Amino acid sequence: MRRILATARTEFRIAFRNRWVAIAIGLMALFALVLTAAGSAPTGVLGADRLSVTVASLTSLAVYLVPLLALLMAFDAIAGEAERGTLPLLLTYPGSRVEILIGKLLAHLIVLALALVAGYGLAAAAAFLADPGAASGLPALFRLGWTSLLLGATFLGAGYALSALARRPSGAAGLAMGLWLGAVVLYDLALLAAVVADGGGWFTTDLFPLALLANPADAFRLFNLAASEATAAATGVGGAAAAMPLWQSALSVLLWPLAALALSSAAFRKVTP
Amino acid sequence: MTSTLKISALTKCFASLKALDAVSLAVEPGMRVALLGHNGAGKSTLMKIVLGLLPFDSGSVEVCGAAPGSAAARAGVAYLPENAAFHPALTGEEQIGHYLALRGESPKGARALLERVGLHEAAGRRIGSYSKGMRQRVGLAQALIGKPRLLVLDEPTSGLDPVSRRDFYELLDGLAAEGAAILLSSHALTEVEARTDRLLILSKGRMVASGTLSDLRREAALPVTIRMTARNGYAADIAKALPGTIRFGADLQLSCSQEDKLGTLARVTGLGDRLADIEVTPPSLEDIYSHFSRRDGQ
Repeated sequence: MRRILATARTEFRIAFRNRWVAIAIGLMALFALVLTAAGSAPTGVLGADRLSVTVASLTSLAVYLVPLLALLMAFDAIAGEAERGTLPLLLTYPGSRVEILIGKLLAHLIVLALALVAGYGLAAAAAFLADPGAASGLPALFRLGWTSLLLGATFLGAGYALSALARRPSGAAGLAMGLWLGAVVLYDLALLAAVVADGGGWFTTDLFPLALLANPADAFRLFNLAASEATAAATGVGGAAAAMPLWQSALSVLLWPLAALALSSAAFRKVTP
Repeated sequence: MTSTLKISALTKCFASLKALDAVSLAVEPGMRVALLGHNGAGKSTLMKIVLGLLPFDSGSVEVCGAAPGSAAARAGVAYLPENAAFHPALTGEEQIGHYLALRGESPKGARALLERVGLHEAAGRRIGSYSKGMRQRVGLAQALIGKPRLLVLDEPTSGLDPVSRRDFYELLDGLAAEGAAILLSSHALTEVEARTDRLLILSKGRMVASGTLSDLRREAALPVTIRMTARNGYAADIAKALPGTIRFGADLQLSCSQEDKLGTLARVTGLGDRLADIEVTPPSLEDIYSHFSRRDGQ
């Protein structure tokens, strides 16, 4: 535990010096404010409280931005140490490789948490300014916060795994961007295309829900939107009920970070410095 | 006494290349052992296996009574890599503090360690601004953490100036006196000659020689060189009296084997006051080193 905390402290210091903390906070804050400004129009029509609407917009933002930030922080984690030549010495110290990974994960999660607090906090503050009844959206905001962290942990773990596999930062960066594009952008497009082509057949009814659950970003979106639709229904706004039980997407959101950590640990164990 | 490091018949292949071929060695507590060899002779591979960074194909390796790379071995072993590298964004103090914490010690001891290697003034500066010699000293500082039972030092003095080198070997002497076993590799043969107890010469993955310097000197049986300076006008006389002598003006040079050394010296001193000065030079470590390396076909 001491070793994990020591690694986390050093990694956070490095992230701070490398301006990652500032970049992450600035990026999240900027996008949250832009979304708040752009999303202020439809509130009256929906009738939901302002914060719930903001949370729905923030969910769409987080699906893209959180994995991106996580991968940007993670791709250098092992490949960078290997290229700088710091890895062999580090691996002769007491402590397992998993401890190194968890230490790095902890530090990067703190950076991500700071960025989320800044971004979501600003958006929430704007919602409260415009609508005094925004407090009813607070549970949704809280849910968005911790699921965003779990989504971040998933992509941090995936980033470490790619970093260990690539062995060079340039290669790891390429793989990380490929993963982001594939998991967050192309995956949904491919599913959409398949659903359209399928025209309501077996794929749409049986495989499509599973395909959504299998992707951590989609599971995150599903969980947050389904949960906030429940909120919306409770406040009297009609809406289609979630097609999938909430526990399924929740399980996917919870299990993916563990799977990603196991994956990165397996990849790191294969690295001989 | 039980050995801190015990290696027997260690073999390691990279694809078709035999990096280490049946290498055996033992390092006892308090012993300073120098590992010599050309680039690519297998020194770094041997060290990485001892540290548990590389797996090996056959043979056995025992570090502090445990398997290399095991928790017990890692707790007792300190390593200084060739070209020690650290994160450029950290200061020397923060980096050493991190290593202290990894070994379960308080990071507050960082400054004292950096002082021991003469880096206290730069302790608060980022390592990115350090020179190569300063980085090497940070590496040395981290190797001093705790009380390592075995120090594995890969070319520890490369990048250090002569004064720092002397300080470095004084630190090593202190550690060895406290019972640490030291395995170091170096290309600087003259400093190794004076500062280590045993020499091991690796060539193409095989151990071609091992022992103290005088062991190796005896085994190599390289000729001893006797240099003489003649008094005015006697140079030609002396050259005639001692067949095989090479003459450079008033200076003369004679080579003889180890066994003939005393007999030859007796004849030289028999020349009496025709000689102004005499100097006997045993084969240097460089000579011995190239003898063993060349014998192996390099």
